[in-house]
Amino acid sequence: MNLDRNPSFTAGPMLSGPPCCTPHPHIVVKNLSVRYGSVSVIDDLSLTFNKGCLTTLIGPSGCGKTSFLSTLNRMTDLIPGCGVGGSICIEGQNIHNPEVDVVSLRRQVGMIFQKPNPFPLSIRRNLLLPLREHGVGKKEGAERMEEVLTQTGLWHEVKDRLNTSALSLSGGQQQRLCIARALALKPEILLLDEPCSALDPIATGVVEDLLLELKGRYTLIVVTHNLAQARRLADHAAFFWVKDGVGHLVEQGSSDQIFQHPEERLTQAYVNGRTG
Amino acid sequence: MIELQHTGAGRSGGLADKMAGFIFKAMALGVALLFLWLLTDLVRHGLGSISVAFLTEAPRNAGREGGIGPIIVSTLSILGVCLATVLPLGMGTAVFLGEFAPPGHGFGTLVRRSLDVLAGVPSIVFGLFGNAFFCVYLGLGFSILSGGLTLACMVLPIFIRSCEEGLRAVPSSMRHAAAALGMSRFTTLTHILLPAALPGLAVGLVLGIGRALAETAALIFSSGYVDRMPQSIHDSGRSLSIHIYELSMNVAGGDGAAYGSALVLISMLLVINGLASHIAGKWLGKHQMGELG
Repeated sequence: MNLDRNPSFTAGPMLSGPPCCTPHPHIVVKNLSVRYGSVSVIDDLSLTFNKGCLTTLIGPSGCGKTSFLSTLNRMTDLIPGCGVGGSICIEGQNIHNPEVDVVSLRRQVGMIFQKPNPFPLSIRRNLLLPLREHGVGKKEGAERMEEVLTQTGLWHEVKDRLNTSALSLSGGQQQRLCIARALALKPEILLLDEPCSALDPIATGVVEDLLLELKGRYTLIVVTHNLAQARRLADHAAFFWVKDGVGHLVEQGSSDQIFQHPEERLTQAYVNGRTG
Repeated sequence: MIELQHTGAGRSGGLADKMAGFIFKAMALGVALLFLWLLTDLVRHGLGSISVAFLTEAPRNAGREGGIGPIIVSTLSILGVCLATVLPLGMGTAVFLGEFAPPGHGFGTLVRRSLDVLAGVPSIVFGLFGNAFFCVYLGLGFSILSGGLTLACMVLPIFIRSCEEGLRAVPSSMRHAAAALGMSRFTTLTHILLPAALPGLAVGLVLGIGRALAETAALIFSSGYVDRMPQSIHDSGRSLSIHIYELSMNVAGGDGAAYGSALVLISMLLVINGLASHIAGKWLGKHQMGELG
């Protein structure tokens, strides 16, 4: 039993940046539509994400939240037959412009998946392999590894077994490793697709604490089905709904507005558990 | 605690299960016994002829006397040529099929169908093709090179399909994770997918080597009969399987040496298989399982 009194969760120093929730638009989505072949899944969606804020996307299954999230780092490019219309601008730059390099886009916009997906390699290699791919040298790589493992509260847990397989970690640790792996590339935006849905309540709590620590330093967009979690975490919330098989945005606003005083009756019914 | 009750139905189910278990066990035992019997027979008749001299000397008196030194060298050379061709070509094709040609891809489907047909072609047909193409058309003559290349044509379909299955078995979440980290397809393939697909690759390799070492018909027409020590891969060389065939069918009084050669062949097969699975297992143990705590 580890009697070390150090807290297992140790967030790194806060980096300077704009304070959370100054209305500085970081991602501006206009008239977005997504279709898979001839099937439309998102239509005419416009949404703005502020810098350094945590925005949750809520709504029933099949309303296009994950598809929407995948358009933001162009993971949709990997799906054969997937077409994206409208514009997505990050810091004023349309990510669909031909001169935008998708590799540097994905480095800038990290993504965490529903199920933790560490590579079947050692903990160290999981972090260093993507860094090496982006031209980060060994020495700096090792420094960044310690930094992000500390930020995600994993350093105390894994520092003595960095060479063991990442698959030997628990589910919650694996998910934090995936977050650390994304953070190591120094992104500005993190997309999280139901990051806690495969975790137990304790691991969920640790990941939630981590997300709260990351707020302010990164622009976070979190898809969640857990409304209580959305309330706990979010500065902003966007409520998606599906109509005639096509996802669209019903309402966007501060967390307070969406959960306490929604303008739309549908939002009110959903957040109070009366529909969805 | 809830007590589980034994009902009549449960008991009869238990009996049926026991019977089924017994029958399946007996079947498995039968198969294992067949292999043991074969091995015992080989060891009983062949062990007498095995000696250092037998393994190193050249055959004399049409193989009745002397050893199988040149034949082992020829066999390993043919296998070497075969693997040197199959490994790069097979891995490349498997990567194309597994990663770049999703089901429904026109050209990919054509390649897969061709491989399935090739896998079912009798080896004698490969032998005739190897003779016509490598020996005559390319002018390589009866040689270890021709033999190895002919074997490669035979082994490729098995190896490719096995590697492809191995690659497909790697969860697509790995590909998504790598893409989301801005990693190139090449790095993803070489550092994540291929290592994770290693068990499939090892199985393909073992099956391929097994088929190559066992082959007789295809080699008679391509690598030839000559039992001298080969000086280069352009020389004709006799493989162990051909030597066994020759001794038991065409040489009166060659049975002892034939058994000895068969024992050597089986031992080579077992050692290579063991080695391949050991290396794959060790590699996997090091990179995937890790140690707990």
